Amino acid sequence: MIPEIGHYALILALSLAIIQAIIPLAGSYTNTHSWMALSRPLVWGQLLFLTLSTVVLANAFLANDFSVIYVAQHGNTKLPDLYKISAVWGAHEGSLLLWAFLLAAWSAAIALFSRNMPLPVVARVLSVMGMISIGFLLFLLLTSNPFDRTFPVPFEGRELNPMLQDPGLAIHPPLLYMGYVGFSVAFAFSIAALLGGKLDASWARWSRPWTTVAWVFLTVGIALGSWWAYYELGWGGWWFWDPVENASLMPWLVGTALMHSLAVTEKRGAFKSWTVLLALFAFSLSLLGTFLVRSGVLTSVHSFAADPERGVFILIFLLIAIGGSLMLYAWRAPYISGGGRFDLISRETFLLGNNLLLSVLAGLILLGTLAPLIYDAMEWGKISVGFPWFNKMFVLLTPFLALLIGVGSISRWKHTDAAFLVKQLRVAFVISLAFGLLTLLPLFSDGNLMVGLGMGLAMWVVLSHVVNVKERLKHKSGFNGFMRDLSGGGRSYYGMILAHIGVAMFIVGVTMVSNYGIETDIRMSPGDTADIAGYEFKFEGVSEFPGPNYNAHRGRFLISKDGEQIAILQPEKRTYFVQTRPMTEAGIDWGLTRDLYVSLGESLGNGDWSLRLYYKPYIRWIWIASIFMGLGGLLAISDRRYRTARKRSSSTSTLTAGSSTPAAAESHS
Amino acid sequence: MSRYLRFLVPLAIFAVIAAFLFKGLDENYNPRAIPSPLIGKQVPEFSLPLLEQPDTQITNKDLLGKVYLLNVWATWCVSCRAEHETLVQLGRMNKVDIYGLNWKDERVAAQAWLRQLGNPYTANIFDKKGRTAIDLGVYGAPETFLVDAQGIIHYKHAGPVNPDLIRDKILPMVAELKKKG
Repeated sequence: MIPEIGHYALILALSLAIIQAIIPLAGSYTNTHSWMALSRPLVWGQLLFLTLSTVVLANAFLANDFSVIYVAQHGNTKLPDLYKISAVWGAHEGSLLLWAFLLAAWSAAIALFSRNMPLPVVARVLSVMGMISIGFLLFLLLTSNPFDRTFPVPFEGRELNPMLQDPGLAIHPPLLYMGYVGFSVAFAFSIAALLGGKLDASWARWSRPWTTVAWVFLTVGIALGSWWAYYELGWGGWWFWDPVENASLMPWLVGTALMHSLAVTEKRGAFKSWTVLLALFAFSLSLLGTFLVRSGVLTSVHSFAADPERGVFILIFLLIAIGGSLMLYAWRAPYISGGGRFDLISRETFLLGNNLLLSVLAGLILLGTLAPLIYDAMEWGKISVGFPWFNKMFVLLTPFLALLIGVGSISRWKHTDAAFLVKQLRVAFVISLAFGLLTLLPLFSDGNLMVGLGMGLAMWVVLSHVVNVKERLKHKSGFNGFMRDLSGGGRSYYGMILAHIGVAMFIVGVTMVSNYGIETDIRMSPGDTADIAGYEFKFEGVSEFPGPNYNAHRGRFLISKDGEQIAILQPEKRTYFVQTRPMTEAGIDWGLTRDLYVSLGESLGNGDWSLRLYYKPYIRWIWIASIFMGLGGLLAISDRRYRTARKRSSSTSTLTAGSSTPAAAESHS
Repeated sequence: MSRYLRFLVPLAIFAVIAAFLFKGLDENYNPRAIPSPLIGKQVPEFSLPLLEQPDTQITNKDLLGKVYLLNVWATWCVSCRAEHETLVQLGRMNKVDIYGLNWKDERVAAQAWLRQLGNPYTANIFDKKGRTAIDLGVYGAPETFLVDAQGIIHYKHAGPVNPDLIRDKILPMVAELKKKG
């Protein structure tokens, strides 16, 4: 009986979503206050029912209710409770339910934090959120109902994919989805603005914190996935250019461009139609990602629930959502007013460069990801675009981004003197160049240009931002001035600095691990030692060891440096009882400047094993970088101007587009 | 007029992408209807060196007389790594020979891969240029073909194989083909 309540709640949520998509929107045109005011309660109702649904499904897992097909497929009595919960989003149906739930949560957050926004705008935004919700709820109910029953009831469940039985992966999908779904807010704001014909500075200011929050979630979500792949898949890489990874990177790149473009639109009123387009694309790419994962159009290690029938549904959904919004764009965008003028050397120009580079990168990834599909459809033959192509494209374009980051963030709006830039940045430039050249010396890299480029650019990003902060604090008295700045309106500025320092750390991590990482595959007998990068790995053998729902082979390694023991590593190879796929758990001794990584390969008999021993310098910096970026984003949205926006909402300049409605200027109480 | 056309560009780009997505979906729409144009046909002719011994050539005729799986793989292919453990397990069962078609790969890297991850293959055909893979209609690695003693392809699976597929589909088909001889 209880699962049917979850199913019923889904249907109720869908009914509310339909009303939410129509009534408030209609009210915004007829200026019917009560219709518009309905949007908030409807959103809360949807959140209530979808929470109920999610809780019911989680309860079915905890109670081992194998009469529910989804639970029978992914649950098990022996599964630890944490993974019973994470099994809710461990496969197709449940992860869609999570999508819908998070969408309702974001909608509720808009309802809650939109008191300073005119009611017609709120009504339109929430109506658009309702439309997206309809799509996902229909998808759930028509093709992927997680509450379907089965008879006869199985005695035991097939258990969650062992690959997903890991704390990191338990929270990776919710974070990632928070990011994907979060971009729906910027999307909804843009659609609402296009509908209302009012693309102005306040539209950009409302969109900014939402976009930043979504971006923070996506950043941390992607990093967590990368980290998980590193320690769980056992081959020591951190990014594989898998179609599903690409599907998360594309919205991230476009979302990053969007954040920067929104800054220009808010401050200078420029790039409006471009900003709208980015907002549409960021969410469209999130939807496309869902399509690629779920439809089985591309083969990927992630596509655990490929089903062409579902693919047809998502494709129709994509056509309506993306096609419809781009049609609206083509119709309304020609009437968007131009916005502030700017000179060739100005922050606007540099941010435009940043936007173009990020968009081109996203476009190239899209092309590479879809290449097998395109080649096949055009009958050009077969192709599989792999690692080398993506890497080449990135190495070709990202250095320009790193160069721009330093110049752009110190430039002024509208006009910057070239002489000012040269004066500010010449020392930083010379030091970075010298540092890059220094790393080419035989002592360090012996002429490896990639190392020189990477280290030089990282130094450049850091130094140009040091100069930037120094310039900002020039007229503020020392440390106290800094603290006052930080508690006042400077947080978005320092957030930017923090995130950009994260970029520098990322460059360092990638450069070091790609050029100095050591990977050895060897055969060892108990008692053998191997020497890697000055570390001695002593293999003490492998013993068997029972886990809650698996059997493990656990290896034991003593790691020492200069005769002194520094760590004991215990990599595992697990065989799960239900799904007999073997899983590796790498043994890692982590450090800020290097990881030592051991993973068990195959048993070769007589206690011998084939083993993978890795030395990974600075690899942590890649993930720490994403934490910096995330913290930077959080710092930025805590800026005073978002907190006090309520008081000022009426006083901002409105650079309205052609057909603004007077209703939009109403009710900012 | 061009002022308006400019804003139609994103829509046009999306229309093109959507067309490709639809095409991709269409082919996969009913995967069992026409899984591969080669089903029921002979394995295409080839004469290629072995991965293990560059001087030894292997041809499609050498493989006649037994039921075998032909697995297309490469070291640059991430999904191949995901399926490799499963192949190793299948190899241990000794129920069917697995031949590898090492596709557009580096010989040294491929040999290292097999040493490191285990070698489930009876032998590996080294298709450096990828010609045979094209003749086989390979869409992307990994792909696995089931071939009978007469060299006729009976089944093709695109993407990584998993233990369920082997237990429920491949091994029963192997048993049936072996019975027929």
